[in-house]
Amino acid sequence: MGKVAIIGVGQSSFVRGYAGSIRELAFEGFREAVKDAGITSKDIGASIICSAPEYDKQRSPAGVFAEYLGLVPQPTCYLESLCSSSSMGLRMAYSLVASGLHDSVAVIGFQKMSEISSAESQERMGRGADIQWESPFGTMMPAYYAMYAQAHMAKYGTRPEDLALIRVKASTYGQINEKAVYRKAVSLEMFSDPGSPMSGPVASPLRVGDCCANADGSSCVIVTNEEKARSLSKKPVWILGLGAASAPVNLAGRDLFTGLSVARQAADQAYKMAGVTPKDIDVAEVHDCFTIAEMMAYEDLGFAEAGQGKELIRAKETYKEGRIPVNVDGGLLSKGHPIGATGGSQIRTIVLQLRGEAGAMQVKNPEIGLVHNIGGVGLYGNVSILGR
Amino acid sequence: MAAKKEADIRFSKFGTVSFTAITKVNDFVDFLEQGKVMGSRCKDCGLMFFPPRADCHKCLAGNMEWFEVTGKGKLVSYSSLAFAPIGFGDDLPYTIALVDYGQYKVFARLSPGLKPEDVSVGMEMKTVANRLPNGQLNYVFERV
Repeated sequence: MGKVAIIGVGQSSFVRGYAGSIRELAFEGFREAVKDAGITSKDIGASIICSAPEYDKQRSPAGVFAEYLGLVPQPTCYLESLCSSSSMGLRMAYSLVASGLHDSVAVIGFQKMSEISSAESQERMGRGADIQWESPFGTMMPAYYAMYAQAHMAKYGTRPEDLALIRVKASTYGQINEKAVYRKAVSLEMFSDPGSPMSGPVASPLRVGDCCANADGSSCVIVTNEEKARSLSKKPVWILGLGAASAPVNLAGRDLFTGLSVARQAADQAYKMAGVTPKDIDVAEVHDCFTIAEMMAYEDLGFAEAGQGKELIRAKETYKEGRIPVNVDGGLLSKGHPIGATGGSQIRTIVLQLRGEAGAMQVKNPEIGLVHNIGGVGLYGNVSILGR
Repeated sequence: MAAKKEADIRFSKFGTVSFTAITKVNDFVDFLEQGKVMGSRCKDCGLMFFPPRADCHKCLAGNMEWFEVTGKGKLVSYSSLAFAPIGFGDDLPYTIALVDYGQYKVFARLSPGLKPEDVSVGMEMKTVANRLPNGQLNYVFERV
């Protein structure tokens, strides 16, 4: 079996209230990726359209997008695993290419969250959990992650300020990412200033500043076999390792509340497949839908021992110049989190980093990068390891 | 023409807003009416399930019996919400929580009388059936 490469990446700007329809939104990420790869739509053998359902009226968006993007008559389908949809799309694209069924596959992620109100969005997100037994208690995503934060604090002495430091880091890079929705500076002081929106309570112990924002956006990743990658691309980025896992949807079915079992399992698989260890990772994108999610990712991915994630951020080891740079594009916290597009955006960042094309966000000479993308509250987990 | 059999939608009584009307474990709601919080146990392999389920994934059978959630468990974690999803706003503020009974865990809310500052991780709690102001049923945690 030959190697599988990523030869093109693209994403739209992540914005509030995109002034266009979902097919037009998807076109933006797709166009950038196709131009980046230096190919045309006819070179793409199949497409996988990824998003979380119920944000827009369109049923079965795959066929609509395929036509709008010039990908007809190639096969297409819709895939969802909530917030990790496009990383799951990468996994499926890998298998389609590695099997020889297709030479190239486009993974297209999108979400137009502004199609519905913020309150409706919270309700939809809450129903990404157990609707029979948990949603009737009035759950929502921030509150679930807040329970992990509370447990982490109780067990390891992690402080709210440690979580705030993660948001401060995100804003450092969000300010220089022209595609991020939130581009203002965030300081630690804002979290204790009652006059700052960052300090407002959401779900204890998480505050507004601990939470990412809804956004509209699209992303695209073009995956090919080795032969096509070598003939088409000057700088192919290779998919070295892929891991994926699921967990009980109801928290009552789980055993771990200071980390995400899906992340640990997916990371183990991906490291093994790639033949690398956490120490070999030069740059990482992690799913920081909430600050606690990034803290747990440090530990679940093996960048820090369990409970020691706080030491990484206190010592700024996850900044661009640190031992293991994480989310140096601003992360979900600054970029915004257009659910289905998020994984593709994370992959794009790592691909640009490995090619040395990340501009002001560029980490020094990375060879191996990692993407950690979580769906729901640790319901689905994907870890992808990429290399030059 | 035979009268159409009426659907058993007892589960629509569960929680402030129920998103499920029909389930094979509808009797759960009757038990709640009687003040009992019940889980299910597989008669073949003994696995205990909370929340209750009609089918055992280990035995691939539906040979279940009910058991009552009694005694005390330990508070695993909790979070107090400042915002609520659509349909839950009248309940604010409320605190969702998870309690570990050893063989199973229970996800619910703290009793409305309990403030988050009254509890801490590891504290012993019990689960009690509860009627909500809107007439719906759920279960909540109280201090032992």
